[in-house]
Amino acid sequence: MIAIVDYGIGNLRSIAKALERLGKTVEVTGDPERLEAAEAVILPGVGSFGEAMDNMEKNQIVPVLRRMFDDGKPILGICLGLQLLFERSQEAPKKKGLALIPGEVRKLPPTTKVPHMGWNRIYFKRQVPLIENIPQGRFFYFAHSFYVLPEDESCVVGICNYNVTIPVVVNVGSLWGVQFHPEKSATWGMKFLENWVRSIDSNASHSSD
Amino acid sequence: MLAKRIIPCLDVKEGRVVKGVHFENLRDVGDPVELAKRYEEEGADELVFLDITASYEQREIMIHVAEKVAEVLTIPFTVGGGIGSVEHVSKLLRAGADKVSINTQAVLNPNLITELAERFGSQCVVVAIDVKRTWDRITSRSYWEVFINGGRTPTGKDAVAWAQQVERLGAGEILLTSMDTDGTQSGYDISLTRKIAEKVKIPVIASGGAGKLEHLAAVLQEGKADAALVASIFHYRHYTIPEAKAFLRKRGIPVRMEE
Repeated sequence: MIAIVDYGIGNLRSIAKALERLGKTVEVTGDPERLEAAEAVILPGVGSFGEAMDNMEKNQIVPVLRRMFDDGKPILGICLGLQLLFERSQEAPKKKGLALIPGEVRKLPPTTKVPHMGWNRIYFKRQVPLIENIPQGRFFYFAHSFYVLPEDESCVVGICNYNVTIPVVVNVGSLWGVQFHPEKSATWGMKFLENWVRSIDSNASHSSD
Repeated sequence: MLAKRIIPCLDVKEGRVVKGVHFENLRDVGDPVELAKRYEEEGADELVFLDITASYEQREIMIHVAEKVAEVLTIPFTVGGGIGSVEHVSKLLRAGADKVSINTQAVLNPNLITELAERFGSQCVVVAIDVKRTWDRITSRSYWEVFINGGRTPTGKDAVAWAQQVERLGAGEILLTSMDTDGTQSGYDISLTRKIAEKVKIPVIASGGAGKLEHLAAVLQEGKADAALVASIFHYRHYTIPEAKAFLRKRGIPVRMEE
């Protein structure tokens, strides 16, 4: 079962349906016990940084996610879900993030249209299994006003250019974060999710060895 | 480079997609789920579903349509028409809509924009603005006036100032319809679109008047729109989305096409 963290706001149906189409059982939940029972967790991309953190703190999800990260359980953050992995965000300066990845989240510079809304090309800095069969420069769907800035650039796997270079695929161990919405990115987005689901399955078979 | 978006708009009545001129002589053009899937496969970048009756009973039907559509679609979609409360928006987003479009209620209660943006994020709050060129007798000048209630009620509001205000209040996008060109198939209102696109930082979706592919190119280039809303010319198969995108690409406009 894959758990989708419910912050109590927004559209979680699309990501749930996308994973179900890939043959996975999905549970949308804010219950820490259900998260611990899951083989993998998705931090979805809805709402705002402050509200999502408040909600996860209230439901005592934060320590569970830290533990899962330490245990090497697969976690995928999407859009806001990627930003929550960092220490802090200009969207809610007083709020502490999950701090699983050192670095911060900044507002996109006002030299371009904000939000960064629509389809943009993404480029990979290195080959990893999660981007298998996705060529360079394919279009993915974005809808965000903030972007992540990791302290250690080596965790950045994919980028996108929108006047600034935006890290859009970030990886630390079994933790992945993407700034785009794979569930809204048509063929290539589904390909990405398919690769992620496959990586969970191989993760599970390794740990049972 | 961010691609310019082509967004088919589907008018929905009693759970079916319909098409008419100025909301009259409606013809049934199909099932929303089937049409949505077909447009996605053809390469639509997003879809907009507009509930054109928006009575209380219709509300539940539209939520049901959103649920069905979300099951099959892997591109974003917006639902608009008769939306006026946080609860209604919450239901639509829960059903699987990515964005909602508000119009009349945004004018009557501008705080709604801020409430929605703070709760759900700006990226899912589209403010639709219906505009008509109007003569102001007091100043003896014409201006772009905002209309509400499906274009029936003038507000006296200046469209450019209103666009800037909705941006400040937290809107993530503006869906700008020219009532002067809507339904005419004679081209988008380029000067209106450009004026507003230059005055706000949020994306502007131009609507009203597409009849030829040339019109799409004009509103995306000279009109500086970030996206073009299209209805009749796709519904009646005058053109397909791949034809439209190939045309735009030839004009040097960045569009999403799978190579």
